Amino acid sequence: MVEFLSFREGEAAQEPAVTVESFTGQSNSTAVRIEAGEDARELLPYIDRLSLVEVNFPAYGDGRGYSAARILREAGYDGELRAVGDVLVDQLNAMRRCGFDTFRPDKALDDAAVERALNRYADVYQKTVDGRRPVWAKRHPETVNG
Amino acid sequence: MKILTGNDLGTGDVIWWAGDGWSRQVGDSVDVGDKGDELARVEEAALRVVSAYVIDATVDEEGVRPAHIKDRIRALGPTVRPDLTLKPNDADAGNWVI
Amino acid sequence: MYRYDNYDQSIVDARVEEFRDQVQRRLAGHLTEDQFKPLRLMNGLYLQLHAYMLRVAIPYGTLNGRQMRKLGEIARKYDKGYGHFTTRTNLQYNWIKLADAPDILAELATVEMHAIQTSGNCIRNISSDQYAGVSADEVTDPRPWAELLRQWSTFHPEFTYLPRKFKICVIAAEEDRAAMRLHDIGLKLVSRDGKVGAEVYAGGGMGRTPMVAPQINDFVPEDEIVSYLEACLRVYNRYGRRDNKYKARIKILVHELGVEEYKRQVEEEFAHMRELGLNPPTEELDRIRPFFAGPAYETGLSDEIDRADPAFALWVDRQIAAHRQPGYAIVNISLKPRGGIPGDASAEQIDLVADLAEAYSLDELRVTHAQNLVLPHVKKADLHAIWQKLDAAGLAEANMDLISDIIACPGLDYCSLANARSIPLAQKLSERFAGADRQKDLGELKVKISGCINACGHHHAGHIGVLGVDRKGVENFQLSLGGSGAQDASVGQITGPGFSEDGVVDAIEKVTDLYLSQREEGERFLDTYRRLGMKPFKEAIYG
Repeated sequence: MVEFLSFREGEAAQEPAVTVESFTGQSNSTAVRIEAGEDARELLPYIDRLSLVEVNFPAYGDGRGYSAARILREAGYDGELRAVGDVLVDQLNAMRRCGFDTFRPDKALDDAAVERALNRYADVYQKTVDGRRPVWAKRHPETVNG
Repeated sequence: MKILTGNDLGTGDVIWWAGDGWSRQVGDSVDVGDKGDELARVEEAALRVVSAYVIDATVDEEGVRPAHIKDRIRALGPTVRPDLTLKPNDADAGNWVI
Repeated sequence: MYRYDNYDQSIVDARVEEFRDQVQRRLAGHLTEDQFKPLRLMNGLYLQLHAYMLRVAIPYGTLNGRQMRKLGEIARKYDKGYGHFTTRTNLQYNWIKLADAPDILAELATVEMHAIQTSGNCIRNISSDQYAGVSADEVTDPRPWAELLRQWSTFHPEFTYLPRKFKICVIAAEEDRAAMRLHDIGLKLVSRDGKVGAEVYAGGGMGRTPMVAPQINDFVPEDEIVSYLEACLRVYNRYGRRDNKYKARIKILVHELGVEEYKRQVEEEFAHMRELGLNPPTEELDRIRPFFAGPAYETGLSDEIDRADPAFALWVDRQIAAHRQPGYAIVNISLKPRGGIPGDASAEQIDLVADLAEAYSLDELRVTHAQNLVLPHVKKADLHAIWQKLDAAGLAEANMDLISDIIACPGLDYCSLANARSIPLAQKLSERFAGADRQKDLGELKVKISGCINACGHHHAGHIGVLGVDRKGVENFQLSLGGSGAQDASVGQITGPGFSEDGVVDAIEKVTDLYLSQREEGERFLDTYRRLGMKPFKEAIYG
């Protein structure tokens, strides 16, 4: 079983994450935790300083964290982006696609199931922040670069 | 009386707790008293039922009658397709649900 | 017709295997029902009153003969020999076994079909105009955009756990045949300075709080529609209410923020999104478009129809719509026979329509939100032969848009959410108003019945709408008047206290009698109602 899953090189950040409120106050912390419903955009002025953003999923059906992750990645944040809380194996793929690169689920995940979930779909329809070429780019390699 | 109902996990069939197992006939239902929720947990864990719940019912000369129309329709089948109900040869079966 | 390439096929095939794995985990006890439920719902598998129900997607309501025949085959092999066409132009099977569901999805995948996102809090099947590509009044065929959006919305990683379900509609004609403004987002393609773009409407919907969507943008260029929708969805995903499922649809967000503020937030997001390269290149739309290009029509055909047979002539007058190609017609097939179940079709009827599509309609058919079928490309010379075959199969009812062309949800006969039965009421109404002359005299009159407040039967948009409620364990029916799902969209008003099943049939007869006595030249029921207002109708019913 996997309690912590990482797709990053090197060690995971160890610093405890502080709330958005205390972070944007005067903290010199480099790790912050976003709760569902908090505005990820408040962190954008600080992304160079951040090394860990934890996004909490209070329930797997609460999808706000997907937007929070993409907003940070779209703004150029390249530090650790960690999904925590009610993170289930069937949501891993979508989370990866939105830019999460580490996971600390409330309940440990089955290794084989993780493997299957992440390798299930060879192709994707959307361009997101994970660098995967969407189907439409593969269909038109002459016009869509990168 | 209190009776316990749900659907068969594999087939989806409507089933009723008959004391020693599940029956497709509401008439086989037994009074579960205050043991219904516990029974539902055990039977769900054993994969014999899904979405089990306890309902009120009465017994009359025609047998066990669930208190709510929804469960009476579940007990019979769709009233608009008598051929697909549990009483395909009873033209008046649909009146029982009202 | 769009055809899958290897990418589309591999994605659908992977989904089948994923679901097979999930079903096996469930049947082996490795997943609890709480864990499994959202997974099965994402594949359109519900647990209804009598069994599992599987909802198969029919993207923008278009399919070919082979696909239709597969639907009939599945009905025979895995169900009880019939299916139910829904107001979202999908097909539901009512008697599915859990272990069979992966095999059914695998069979669907062989004909480029699936059940992806036919339930759950995600972007649902994209709907469109059943006359797309053949009506004279459209700017362009909307289906290439609908297909582009089908792909974009399939497994969208950011928008799979929205606050609530999300329905998108794309049309391109002045006449709205798809209830576009009653969608979470409605797109109406328009042409401006020789360029195609979309008018965007957001925050429409039925349910507990019906709303007609306001326009939020009058022209989004065609090559930016995807990024504009990403912006609309992101604002909704972040700020739509999640504390109360009855207030979670986008219409409540738009209403609570105000249209201007929602629009401002979307524009702000869009300004950012359009820089990200999220839009497929125009070459992709160019790739999709030819699939929907008009088929090879014959030219020089006659527009004459031999009307010698009066029953045939009646059917022609009611069920045929004008095709833009000379010599061709659009055939509407009613799934509303007298005393029948609205939207149900037997496997044999499904097979027949598949045969007819192949033989007479250039291998294409459509499903309408009014739960009927359409053969879009029929030579007028073939109409009589088609009619005879339909008639022999009980499919030649001539009642399109008449009082017996009733939309009805499955209601309490099948649905676990319902409070009252919809179908028996539809059956009684169609019997009460069965006379062909009487129906014709009443003219266009759209009756829509929902068995609960979720409004799957579109009752808010009915000229006459009926909502079934539970009054202390007894079925009760509320009547509403004056709704419309067309270009003159409006939400119906409740007449007053509810009725029994027979009582509501009587009340509807009083309403139609009043219309007949009060109408002015050329007025439909809806026009008379709008002119007179509720008062006289109320007096006629309760007076």
